[in-house]
Amino acid sequence: MKYKYFILLIIATGAAQASLEITVSGGEVAAQPIAIVPFGRTAADLDFDFSAVISADLARSGQFRPLKPADMLERPVDAAQVDYRNWRALGVDNVVVGQVLRGPNGQRFVRFHLLDVLRGQLRTRYDVPIVDPARVRPVAHQIADMIYEQLTGMAGCFNSQIAYVVVTGALENRRFQIVVADADGFNPVTVATSSEPLLSPVWSPDRQQLAYVGFERGRTAVYVHTLSTGELRKVVAERGLNGAPAWSPDGRALAVTLSYQGNPDIYVIDLASGSRRKITSHFAIDTEAAWSPDGRQIVFTSDRGGQPQIYRVGAEGGEARRVTYEGKQNLRARFSPDGKSLVLVNQSETGYRIGLLNLDTQELRILTDGPLDESPSFAPNGATVIYSQQGTRGATLATVTVDGRIRQRLAQPGGDAREPTWSSIVR
Amino acid sequence: MMKFFYASVLVAGLTGLTVTGCSSQGARDESSGSASTGAETSTISTSTTEMSAASASASLPGSRVFYFDFDRSTVKSEGMALADAWAAYLAANPGMKVRVEGHADERGTREYNMALGERRGNAVFQALVSRGASAQQLTVLSFGEERPVTMGHDEGAWSQNRRVEIVQ
Repeated sequence: MKYKYFILLIIATGAAQASLEITVSGGEVAAQPIAIVPFGRTAADLDFDFSAVISADLARSGQFRPLKPADMLERPVDAAQVDYRNWRALGVDNVVVGQVLRGPNGQRFVRFHLLDVLRGQLRTRYDVPIVDPARVRPVAHQIADMIYEQLTGMAGCFNSQIAYVVVTGALENRRFQIVVADADGFNPVTVATSSEPLLSPVWSPDRQQLAYVGFERGRTAVYVHTLSTGELRKVVAERGLNGAPAWSPDGRALAVTLSYQGNPDIYVIDLASGSRRKITSHFAIDTEAAWSPDGRQIVFTSDRGGQPQIYRVGAEGGEARRVTYEGKQNLRARFSPDGKSLVLVNQSETGYRIGLLNLDTQELRILTDGPLDESPSFAPNGATVIYSQQGTRGATLATVTVDGRIRQRLAQPGGDAREPTWSSIVR
Repeated sequence: MMKFFYASVLVAGLTGLTVTGCSSQGARDESSGSASTGAETSTISTSTTEMSAASASASLPGSRVFYFDFDRSTVKSEGMALADAWAAYLAANPGMKVRVEGHADERGTREYNMALGERRGNAVFQALVSRGASAQQLTVLSFGEERPVTMGHDEGAWSQNRRVEIVQ
């Protein structure tokens, strides 16, 4: 078989540095004041600012307000050095102090203490090994996850990953890439490139694979890309559309959009057997399927009512019921991890914005300002949504907390970045 | 776990893997013997065909682009005239095959726009076939909003990007 129109290369890129901007709207009333004191590094000869990465992670969650190092009255690196009065004076609830040390075998590790300022006592203490000195950012994210979990009771997901599409060049020189990066946008690695469009990447539940859409010999196809081996499996390439892949929660099936029977409908393909079943059957456009976390329902976009809106159907098919009514259009919904709400793209007079629909109350909360926001994807703990926005610098990725209060842009140097998808939590 | 994952990506990077020769189990590569999407619902109007044939010319039409209104796939009156010219050209050159490529502007979601682009492509397909082109000469392919001709974010750009192109 020849692949004349679809040349795909696995290219490992260097660790480009993303820059971060945080926009806070509506005050920080609910954010806990915390101080991450710069970690001591003298003992371990390691030039890396742990506290900056941990502070940025916690700030991005919207649940914490880290103190700037310049405002700190002391810089302890060990619990014994902490004078709690200095932190009470600054109105800080919790302080994290730490240092990079070497063990008996010379291996570096981070020792940190999480301290309760009001009670003046230790909450918890950990030693976290640095297995690879060239890869210390994941260690910082791991520490941020520990702090987040300790203080909120929710799983942290700073140590997870995102995948997205980057487009560079224009017209005949366009290049499409699938990029995998840390959840804060750092350490981007290009895993696939093509001169034809690549779109709709989505992580498998075990985060070992990505499904996405490409073009090959004048057709679209849905692929499953195994990241560890680079294997690219073509799952379906019928006449017409082959798109919008969505993994079932158990990872065994993909819901896709196919139009070979005349118009776009939702199908579910069993990945082991290749067998498929048709979930929707309507002359309108049915596309952009997403599974409920329990695997029993599928939501999708359909314009069967004249405008694109979100509908819900059983995962085995059956009668579809309309879910959204507010705004001109509602498109591309994704379930929250608890299954209680949908994040979607809502079109109103002011453009396309990210909306959060509570499925119990039908309340729609608009999280972003538009005018061209799209592709929302929940963080695995459901506290944050990542999406893409169109701005003066082209398409960029951003996160917004589910209360709409904290937004952060993840700037991607060079090219449009879009269609982010968030992996499950790394354990 | 984290380290393993990264190491794996980098190993894949070193292999410089290309898709050629890659396994494709599970792929469905049914031959594309049948006509393009939408062919089964097409109807050929005899009178229209004869009128087109009567005015048939072997000259290449002056434009290859049909434009559309927002979220619409109806071929407009200018498009109908262009469809007449292309149908006549294709009827006069029965060995010629063209691709009907559907596109959308950047508004709306990407997969919805893939579907909208296909619907537009199918509308032009129907217009050409009903005017005397053979379905065997045509294939429809949607690029959604992925290949804009103009990069702006206003109606001026959007109106240029909502299109179907005839590609030889």
